[in-house]
Amino acid sequence: MAIAIPALRIEKLSKTYVSGKPVLHDVSLDIDSRGITAIIGPSGTGKSTLIRCINRLVTPTSGRILFKGTDLTTLGGRALRDSRRRIGMVHQEYSLVERLTVMENLLTGRLGYVSAWRAWLRRFPPADIARAYEMLDAIGLGDFAHRRADQLSGGQRQRVGIARALMQQPELLLADEPTSSLDPKTSVEIIELMAKLAAERDIPVVINIHNVDLAKRFATRIIGMSKGTIVFDGPPTALEDKHLAEIYGGQSWIE
Amino acid sequence: MTAETAPLVVAAPRPLSLPANWWRRAGYAALGAYTFYALSTLDITLDRIMRGLPQGAKFLSRMWPPNIEPQKMALMRDGMVESIEIAVLATFFGVLLSLPLGVLAARNLMPSVVSWCARGVIALLRSFNPIIVAILFVKAIGFGALAGVLALIVGSIGFVSKLFAEAIEEMNLKQVEAVRATGASFMSVLIMGVLPQVLARFAGFSAYQLDSNLRNSTMVGIVGGGGIGSALFTATQRFDYDFMLTILLTIIALIMISEVVSTQIRKLFQ
Repeated sequence: MAIAIPALRIEKLSKTYVSGKPVLHDVSLDIDSRGITAIIGPSGTGKSTLIRCINRLVTPTSGRILFKGTDLTTLGGRALRDSRRRIGMVHQEYSLVERLTVMENLLTGRLGYVSAWRAWLRRFPPADIARAYEMLDAIGLGDFAHRRADQLSGGQRQRVGIARALMQQPELLLADEPTSSLDPKTSVEIIELMAKLAAERDIPVVINIHNVDLAKRFATRIIGMSKGTIVFDGPPTALEDKHLAEIYGGQSWIE
Repeated sequence: MTAETAPLVVAAPRPLSLPANWWRRAGYAALGAYTFYALSTLDITLDRIMRGLPQGAKFLSRMWPPNIEPQKMALMRDGMVESIEIAVLATFFGVLLSLPLGVLAARNLMPSVVSWCARGVIALLRSFNPIIVAILFVKAIGFGALAGVLALIVGSIGFVSKLFAEAIEEMNLKQVEAVRATGASFMSVLIMGVLPQVLARFAGFSAYQLDSNLRNSTMVGIVGGGGIGSALFTATQRFDYDFMLTILLTIIALIMISEVVSTQIRKLFQ
């Protein structure tokens, strides 16, 4: 474990939207090539920005992000797209393309490999379509291939969101508040499914999550963030009330 | 407490009528005064209207019954067929050219320099009424359907690309971002992330534009742009008011049919 090369190394990462008020401040972090890393912290503390810097939906102001040895922060154009397709992302509020079918949404995960022309004609490689059916079975939505995404429930949509990310055959899975709009029971099921599928494929997961109990239950490692910096880093068992008080501030809300 | 604070409260006056808005009253008065001024300078008087009425009655009586001589009908059929062709061609090419221009003008997809330039082009294309554009094309490239088609293409681009851009700006960006995050190229993002969200509205705008072009295609002929308009114009010049009525009734029928067709097209893409 100690000698393993980290899948992802974040070095002194900063992001400033408004000058003088950095959202992320010199964040350094190594992510191992397996396991679930949960990032917890109050809203507006830079968790989302951190995750979105990794696949460059946000461009960091300074610092480096090394993904399997490649610095993602300097990439552009073709090279950036090639790196993005190796990183799957499960989004907040599902973010499926609502007017496409479930199958088309899954195949969206292959767009990094398929030309725009073939996407236009919907002529995806048969292997991709076969994989999409396998994914549908894996998420328990085998009969939903040709339903339009806007006909699904929240939980079903997020399962499709997970499947779309895994269609990329990613080497890293990011999840940005994947349960924020789901009920408690569905939230557990979604995290469970994501953990299971990622473990089967041996993909490390980095997940932003509000629900501390969920994080403790499924994560192998917890990162606590506050005001743009990391204030806790350790296994779930080491996370105590005093840490939560430091991460979120105050005491009264902790039972 | 109450006794101490009471003197500090200055009772606001509470009049039982709302204050008069003198600016608004002055505005109405000015509008009324200008209306009378304009009517008087244009010699629009009751007397003038009364003098016009008998001529109107004579005009209407000479229109009826509509002229349905075979030779006239053939003339009309050729004109209508040409008008429909002008409308369909103008809509097809107009919409086709509006697609890239609409994307370029969408501020949520393009850097502001690009979208402002595209918006400038659209504003330029929109600045003239189709009849003025038709006159310009007839003068530039000569009489005939080509001038009419080009004039209506210009009008279609100006109208449709602006609506396309607005539809794109109103789409859900999270869905687009999710597609981009898969490593998709810009064209793939357009095809799988943007287009599905806006296709129904695009189809609606295009159907509406076809409808509008059918109307306008009956008009470009008046200035030499081909189609039924030229037959209509000739009929008025030669006082063939009964043939004119035939043409007008046919145009009404055409517009009603196109209304039904465009409604169906819109339904298809819902």
